[in-house]
Amino acid sequence: MFEFFQKLDRRWIFLAMFLAVAIPIIIQLDFEETPTDLAHRVFDAIENLPDGSRVLLSFDFDPASEGELKPMATSFVYHCAAKNHKMYIMALWPVGPQMADDTIENVIKEDFPHMQYGHNYVNLGYKSGYEGVIKVIVTNFTELYSTDTRGTPWNAIPMCTGVESVQDMDLVINISAGYAGTKEWVQYAVTAYPDQIRMVAGCTGVQAPLLYPYIPHQLEGLLGAIKGAAEYEALVVEKYKLEDDPKYHEGIRRMGPQLVAHLLMIFLIILGNVIFFIEKKRGGRR
Amino acid sequence: MKKETLIWTIVMLLGAVVLVLNATLRQHGPAGSAYVEAVPQRFVDVSDPGEIEPYWISYDSEEALDYEICAQPFADIPAEKREDWIRYDQATLGKYLEEEAINPARNPYQFSLSRTIGIWIAAFFTLFIFSFLYKDNPFYKIAESCVVGVTAAYWMVVGFWDVIVPNLLGKLFPEWVKLWAIPGLEEPPNYWYAVPLVLGILLLMRLSPKGAWISRWPLAFVIGTTAGMRLTGFLHADFLSQIRNTVIPVIVFDPTNGSFDWWASLSNIIIVVGVLSALVYFFFSIEHKGVVGKTAKLGIWFLMVTFGAAFGYTVMGRIALFAIRLEFLFDDWLWLIDPIQRRVPIEEVALLWSSLSAGFI
Repeated sequence: MFEFFQKLDRRWIFLAMFLAVAIPIIIQLDFEETPTDLAHRVFDAIENLPDGSRVLLSFDFDPASEGELKPMATSFVYHCAAKNHKMYIMALWPVGPQMADDTIENVIKEDFPHMQYGHNYVNLGYKSGYEGVIKVIVTNFTELYSTDTRGTPWNAIPMCTGVESVQDMDLVINISAGYAGTKEWVQYAVTAYPDQIRMVAGCTGVQAPLLYPYIPHQLEGLLGAIKGAAEYEALVVEKYKLEDDPKYHEGIRRMGPQLVAHLLMIFLIILGNVIFFIEKKRGGRR
Repeated sequence: MKKETLIWTIVMLLGAVVLVLNATLRQHGPAGSAYVEAVPQRFVDVSDPGEIEPYWISYDSEEALDYEICAQPFADIPAEKREDWIRYDQATLGKYLEEEAINPARNPYQFSLSRTIGIWIAAFFTLFIFSFLYKDNPFYKIAESCVVGVTAAYWMVVGFWDVIVPNLLGKLFPEWVKLWAIPGLEEPPNYWYAVPLVLGILLLMRLSPKGAWISRWPLAFVIGTTAGMRLTGFLHADFLSQIRNTVIPVIVFDPTNGSFDWWASLSNIIIVVGVLSALVYFFFSIEHKGVVGKTAKLGIWFLMVTFGAAFGYTVMGRIALFAIRLEFLFDDWLWLIDPIQRRVPIEEVALLWSSLSAGFI
């Protein structure tokens, strides 16, 4: 047995990981989520805004990070729509507008059919330039966004009347998969205009540890990875009685495979260390 | 035949058999098929005869009630004043079956061959990429090449329509762009945008064998502005603001009742000690001995905990990405699960599994 584990082919580990993730998905294993303080802060930042506030949603991600960020995007858009906030959607990633369209299709058009494009929400689309885009739109939107994704000029969009820059937004919500994303929004928008711009964010697991230092002064709340998404989802589901709509349980549902896969990882780390120390004791490795 | 090859051949054949059974044993068509809803789109030009530009509104909208021309049947409106087409929205098997049971002759939902092919291509490409875990192979290479090619093409198209057209051509020649790309564009020309146009052309000189050196000028401009912008960003947000964020009380009292808040105090002490000890570790002007050495060692511990947390988060992220791909395979492709209840899966899966069991037992 020791020999087997000592020379274990990595493909057995891949197979074990496949089963650890696949089985909970098939049997639909999920658990109740207990939201932490950070998820509460994100929820409160949106919930406590007066109805009909202006919210800028920046979809800075693509299908590669959909697994972590789509549940957050769905919950954010539902929460804003339920509060009747005006949603200004933009993207610093080229595929961001498509991710936004997907969310609009699944959430707004299905559950809020009374909401009108141009009056309640608008997809401003993607602009290249990374942090350069943020730097420009914090003082002037029309410098870059002369039209929305449909080609409608800025001045012809009813909800854009009276909006000059990001400073006119009541809250910025950023869904970020990397560069350009939350870090750049903090650097060039929130830090530069701390009294005018408030922001909450949802990000991938890789970014989360780098963004925690910005809390609470530069970033009001942060949803880190799928765990953060599940916690926020739980709050939205509870508040708006969405227990029966599985569309809003995507993050919670994905925590089942997480648990089993993490248990496997812990087991493998312990196993690796045990083998290492046994080898060391036997004098096989120094 | 090598033992390993034999095993994998058997696994592949079994997989193929399961796929065929999964596709053929279902009552309502093969697994992995997609359905759409045909939504008729009818638009009418309601502009007055004297107006130069047409004004199109939806014939089925509330706004149409305000116009006389929309009072008549759509087919009776003059051909040059109306446009209609069909939009296909994503639908579900559940909706299709529901409508089929009520009114099969006028079912707006229908099977979509193109989207079905899309699901199958996506499923096979997912498997091609996963196959790299076993070892490098031609299927993986095909999928990899497709991703690179499609991404490059996508970036070019998006760059042209989202940036060059509205932000360069639209600023320099708004009247011309209005004719073919952005009908409602109402802006005076801004000739300052000739500067980025010239810089962009200079950048393309990189492709010229003799004039490649010219591209260094716009490149220098890009590097200079980016460096300046990022320097101020980091200095302000990550240096000065982080110092401010670390200046926090180490003894905290609850503002509501004035009692000692030991949890918040402990949290703040850890932040302050962590920042200071990690900074001492990176301070190499003094030898790490005595108090400095012990503080630096504590700093290493804090750094290790940070790296561990980062690793843990990365693992969580990667598992989430893996989970969504498996969910796609099991849900959209194989129809083994239906987490958001888009189909009528319970009987389907029961039928499949009972058939499979009957075949094998």
